[in-house]
Amino acid sequence: MTELAVPAPAARRRRPLLRFAARRVAAAIATLFVVSILVFAGTEVLPGDAASAVLGKTATPDQLAEMQHLMGLDRPVPKRYLDWLGGLLTGDLGNAASGYAQGGKTPIWDQIKGKIGNSLTLAAITTLLMIPLSLLFGVLAAVHAGRPVDHAVSIASLAVISLPEFIIGSLLILLFFAWLDVLPPVSLIPPGDSPLGHSKALVLPVLTLLGASLAASIRMVRAGMIEALRTDYVQMARLNGFRERVVVWRYALRNALAPSVQVFAQNVQYLVGGIVVTEYLFNYPGLGKELVDAVAIRDVREVQSVAILVAAVYIGLNIVADLLVVLLVPKLRTQE
Amino acid sequence: MTARLRFARTRTGAVGLALLCLVVGIAVFGPFFAPHAPDAPIGITLTGPTADAPLGTDFLGRDVLSRVLWGGRSVLGLAGLATLLAYVAGATVGLVAGHARSLLDPVLMRGADVLLSFPALLFLLVLVTGVGTSKATLVIGVAVVQAPLVARIVRAATLEQSVRGFVEAAVARGERASAILRREILPNIAGPIAADAPLRFTYSIILVASVNFLGLGLQPPAADWALIISENRSGFVLNPWVIFVPAALIALLTISANLVGDSIARTLGVSVGARGRT
Repeated sequence: MTELAVPAPAARRRRPLLRFAARRVAAAIATLFVVSILVFAGTEVLPGDAASAVLGKTATPDQLAEMQHLMGLDRPVPKRYLDWLGGLLTGDLGNAASGYAQGGKTPIWDQIKGKIGNSLTLAAITTLLMIPLSLLFGVLAAVHAGRPVDHAVSIASLAVISLPEFIIGSLLILLFFAWLDVLPPVSLIPPGDSPLGHSKALVLPVLTLLGASLAASIRMVRAGMIEALRTDYVQMARLNGFRERVVVWRYALRNALAPSVQVFAQNVQYLVGGIVVTEYLFNYPGLGKELVDAVAIRDVREVQSVAILVAAVYIGLNIVADLLVVLLVPKLRTQE
Repeated sequence: MTARLRFARTRTGAVGLALLCLVVGIAVFGPFFAPHAPDAPIGITLTGPTADAPLGTDFLGRDVLSRVLWGGRSVLGLAGLATLLAYVAGATVGLVAGHARSLLDPVLMRGADVLLSFPALLFLLVLVTGVGTSKATLVIGVAVVQAPLVARIVRAATLEQSVRGFVEAAVARGERASAILRREILPNIAGPIAADAPLRFTYSIILVASVNFLGLGLQPPAADWALIISENRSGFVLNPWVIFVPAALIALLTISANLVGDSIARTLGVSVGARGRT
């Protein structure tokens, strides 16, 4: 978002959008590089720990040294970092600690590839529901600003936005499983199955994720709409005798949408974090659950690689959002 | 009533403040009223409410009411400490960056950008992998996540103030930068900070509770609202109260803190901005 405030100096030249995109992608790669150093440094401050985490406390010094050699932990730190980074760039995420524990090597990619799809399914369904619903409720509240409908929507969204997702999820489980007994509290999806074939198992996780992200977007759509409804061109459209519905949906909403796109993107980013807690709560077989399990057994390499993957998605979404805003609001392209 | 407490006269402000006092009261004074020790089994596991245990027992047969009464201090304490630390670090960086207008500013703010380019929870998980679970990890981790957000707000407010006449007069008088920041600028940016603080506190609670829920923060047998929910997850059919009561208390705490923040922002006329969570 801050990048928008600093327009490209060459914005008046040809293809400003392309230059803008190139600048953002370059900045993102630089950020990812810094993040990779931070992740690596943060997780490998205690050398040898990954090996002892595999072997347990009973390991002899000899066994430990052998495991450290097998896992490549006896090499100097800069070499380890470069090996990891090089592996990432060629699509090799490294080997999981559970594989070493069994005496062999299990590529992390094999372990997570099925789970990425499950997490994406969850995120996609939530996003597809969030955008129209937040536009609907946000516009509804804005059009009735200051009246009971607005108060109800505003208070409800302020309350829901304050809740950690595991609280929303726990309360949903109590309501829909313990009390009404209509939906399962655990997302039992066998490995290899598509979550879409188990729609009942998807309902509560999606509702949980929807809760917090929907509330945040409703508030922003409402704020943007209220501002747009006060502008001269909306007054003009009204004076010209357009029906209020046309004024709201065709004139005001378009311009209210630009700041909202940023919020939608922020919320999709928020989903990246919220999904971890939600998957853990419902035992949903996704990347978030996998990450928490990896942290719990201190599988350093898997945490590093998954963290970089997630960070890349997160930063990528930010760029897509910025580009969408620039596409929607042409004046941002030429602003000096 | 001073201008600072004016928010308490609004309806949301009053309701929020009353609820906040109630939950904080339960968390702080609860242990004095606990009928049993928080970590001693008193009967069979996961029974419903009885005369001896008004909220039933948990998965190890411990009294739920006593554990809930004990379990608020860690939530408030860890989140409060993390927020305080985030403010000390973030405000220092923000003040220096906003006032210095030198090389220091872009360096500090790009650092903040890098930290914000990473989902908060992911940062905490990476940190726990590296240094292990402990209260210190949790507090420092949450503070590091929040500090850049504080720094941004403080920097923007400082930039606004540092071009004002009274600051330039102080610079012309030859006062030291630290004195200018403390005496001239800090009192004038208290408004945006006050409006933001409850929001940061809410977010700290959310993060601390989430990490505890994932089992990567406080470890058993600690009595903590989030941990109680986490460890009894499979027992809510037998005794729903063990999930409902701590969940409701965390919900009341974060909602009321947010209501207070919202009404402070409104009475001060500060725009709350994007309340995005990461």
